[in-house]
Amino acid sequence: MSNTTLLWITLIAAGLITYAFRLSFILLLGRIQLSPLVQRALRFVPPAALTAIIFPELLIRDGELAIGPNNPRLLAGLFAIVVAWRTKSILWTIVVGMVALWLLQWLM
Amino acid sequence: MATTNRSLTHLVKPSAPPSVQQEFWGGFKAVLPMMLGATPFGLIYGVLAVAGGLSPAMAQAMSVLVFAGSAQFITAQLVAAGAPSPIIIFTVAIVNLRHVLYSASLAPYLQHLRPVWKWGLAYLLTDEAYALVITRYHQTGHPGTPHRHWYLLGAGLGLWVCWQSSTAVGVFLGTQIPAYWSLDFAIALTFIAIVVPTLKDRPNVATALVAGVIAIAAVGLPYKLGLVVATLIGIVAGVGADRHE
Repeated sequence: MSNTTLLWITLIAAGLITYAFRLSFILLLGRIQLSPLVQRALRFVPPAALTAIIFPELLIRDGELAIGPNNPRLLAGLFAIVVAWRTKSILWTIVVGMVALWLLQWLM
Repeated sequence: MATTNRSLTHLVKPSAPPSVQQEFWGGFKAVLPMMLGATPFGLIYGVLAVAGGLSPAMAQAMSVLVFAGSAQFITAQLVAAGAPSPIIIFTVAIVNLRHVLYSASLAPYLQHLRPVWKWGLAYLLTDEAYALVITRYHQTGHPGTPHRHWYLLGAGLGLWVCWQSSTAVGVFLGTQIPAYWSLDFAIALTFIAIVVPTLKDRPNVATALVAGVIAIAAVGLPYKLGLVVATLIGIVAGVGADRHE
């Protein structure tokens, strides 16, 4: 098997697995019943999954923890958190966060 | 049945539920600001994938097949590093495992739909679409508005078109976007904009803080396992805090 064929198979397998994950409960619910505890737990999926993505983006630089004023992403992220809290606007959060990051990078 | 619904809708105009078109375009419009985050992400992915050794057709095909930004970035890196296929597939599986949770979380809202809807909407279930749609569904509650699956379709298709076109531009642009533009940061900002306004009670705050701290502590784990571990422990923290209320 050529390298190209193998790579195509790899990509297709990765796609099928991802699709199976997305389809899993949407298709199975009704046949299987979720316990009340699981139903309550699912309410916390959005804050858990998204914060688990956000924190390392803000606090890890080059594989190391970077807490302090010399980390522009942390400072810009904190600005963005305030804007998100006050405006509830995705647009404004992105605009203010990116401009803050560029300014801080330029200043440092 | 459909005609009955429509005539009833006319009778009770003040509280009439959104129509199919209103739901679809509502989802599409809600996703527009998110495109500001997804577009540079897709651009950079396209550039990196080709730079890492994928053919343009493969780079674009991955956007169609996998349709998940972080998994695609990691795959491009692994291909560039010459990682063996089983490792690549395993890594994608771990990185995308959170979609099982998304699926379970949205399932109750989609249960009444025909299979063709379920198969179609599942394909469009990205981080962004999920976060946007579940927030709205939580607000409107059960049974919610009758055509709300169209909202998910509008949001999902909007993101799909955005992701495919930005990938294509990245692939064919071929030139490196300067790293100091830090465009990848826009994705984190998108998630901040979605999560922060939902942190209104103790269980949600506990979930977010615990998940965030664990994600930092577990950042060294291989295959991005830390993401899954942090999400699960965060959920446990939320349920625990809920019980103490």
